[in-house]
Amino acid sequence: MIVAEQKPIAEIISIAFKHKSILVVGCGTCVTVCFAGGEKEGKTLSSLLRMKAQMEQKLLEIEELTVERQCDHEFIEKIVPLAGKVEAILSLACGAGAQLIAEKFPDKIVYPGLNTTFLGITEKQGIWKERCLGCGTCLLDKTGGICPIARCAKNLLNGPCGGSQEGKCEVNPETDCAWQLIYERLKKLGQSECLEEIIPVKDWSTSRDGGPRKVIRDDLTL
Amino acid sequence: MKTDSNLEKVLASGEFAVTAELGPPRGADPEDIHKKAKLLGDCADAINITDNQTAIVRMSSIAAGILLKQRGLDPVIQIVTRDRNRIAIQSDVLGAAAHGINNVLCLSGDHQKFGDHPTSKNVFDIDSIQLIQMLKKMRDEKKFMSGADIDVAPRLFIGAAENPFADPFEFRVIRLSKKISAGTDFIQTQAVFDVEKFEEWMKLVRKKELHKKTHILAGVIPIKSAKMAKYMKENVAGLRIPDEIVSRMEKAKDVKEEGIKICTETIERVRKIEGVQGIHIMAVAWESIVPKIVERVGLLPRPPIRKEDSNANESKNPNG
Ligand code: SF4
Ligand code: SF4
Repeated sequence: MIVAEQKPIAEIISIAFKHKSILVVGCGTCVTVCFAGGEKEGKTLSSLLRMKAQMEQKLLEIEELTVERQCDHEFIEKIVPLAGKVEAILSLACGAGAQLIAEKFPDKIVYPGLNTTFLGITEKQGIWKERCLGCGTCLLDKTGGICPIARCAKNLLNGPCGGSQEGKCEVNPETDCAWQLIYERLKKLGQSECLEEIIPVKDWSTSRDGGPRKVIRDDLTL
Repeated sequence: MKTDSNLEKVLASGEFAVTAELGPPRGADPEDIHKKAKLLGDCADAINITDNQTAIVRMSSIAAGILLKQRGLDPVIQIVTRDRNRIAIQSDVLGAAAHGINNVLCLSGDHQKFGDHPTSKNVFDIDSIQLIQMLKKMRDEKKFMSGADIDVAPRLFIGAAENPFADPFEFRVIRLSKKISAGTDFIQTQAVFDVEKFEEWMKLVRKKELHKKTHILAGVIPIKSAKMAKYMKENVAGLRIPDEIVSRMEKAKDVKEEGIKICTETIERVRKIEGVQGIHIMAVAWESIVPKIVERVGLLPRPPIRKEDSNANESKNPNG
């Protein structure tokens, strides 16, 4: 899923206070699962903003709504009636959702309420970790199911670097060295010979480096 | 011989080689390079110039290498893949070769987090092993990584680093063999303090006969103070310093002398290990001590540095 974190509350307040009315839009998918921008977070944030406005005697009208997915035209249709009533929209979706809202409402100011962080997993309650960078050509088959692009600080394809120590990464002693993990796993799977092969240079054109990407499925397009 | 490199010549002759490291200045003064070159020039067969080591901005390694070349010395240009992509590196290597630089050491580089610009973006388009492959292809096949032809190919003596003290230990030898099959001509290791561990690693290297396929130079760092020993032990990624070294430095009356002694003892011990063909002295910020160390271990004088073939030079330069 996409993991995100809410922006510091002071930043959100200063955004909201620039306007007389604002719509807070939550998203019911990834950011709900990581407790950053779902219905619950949207409600909490809206009441906080209302309280703060009252305390500081600011005139601020707050509308609030959560849709199932902000990254889908079908679902954001629901925002239209409320959006008409406000000056600005605060999106609690990932960066993609926030952008679709901006596209849908060209005359509204749209603010991101979250910092979108990574594609990752829930390790346990309250802890999420990065796992994928969406490079466009997955090579997990060569690396024992552990991604060196997203999980090695230097995205080395033939690691580990000289800084790997006791299983930890030189960049952060709390992070596992991806190549130590790859080494152990391939050994356990009896695939140690994979480690002797030089993984060739990566074609980054399928990654962000090729420019913004687009997927077209002819079998699905209408 | 692949090149005019003095280092290649010394290693090929079977002589025990000495290389030394030079850290370029954090400024534009060429005098800094000349001063250090004067210290190192007579006691090393080739001089490594670091490439923004520990991700701290310094004078460019190639530019500093050109200054050494002008003094008749043999530079080893370090290239890290942290800051440049395949386009920039190939272009820089052509430029370096045009200035008569042959030796290139391929590294991935310390993460920018450790340097003076921790908020910068890194590149890592390729890794150090892929860099070796790329340079070999430029030299041997006269082709860029893309496959396009190079009209005049660079003549390169390709080096790489390996850290026998990093983890996972057994994988370090596999990684060395990957670097050799990628095309590295020589290896400079991370600094040796734990000679036993290094011996263990060399044993695995010999078992795979890797020492016959490349030239291995053991790295050493002379330590100046007990504080420095402790600092390196705790803070430098990839270094392994036994407690005994720290306590020797702490107890010593003349600490600098003790530091030199530890270094010369290490050199004498690694020199006896089968498969070690030279040493690489990394006395960054203490370059002045290198001549004394090389002298004490009986490795002076160095064989005279071969001057480039003047005829070859003339034929390259139609106006000359
Ligand atoms: S190889 Fe690419 S697609 Fe596969 S997990 Fe890593 S970043 Fe994601
Ligand atoms: S320590 Fe491991 S994960 Fe960290 S940069 Fe080096 S190889 Fe990558």
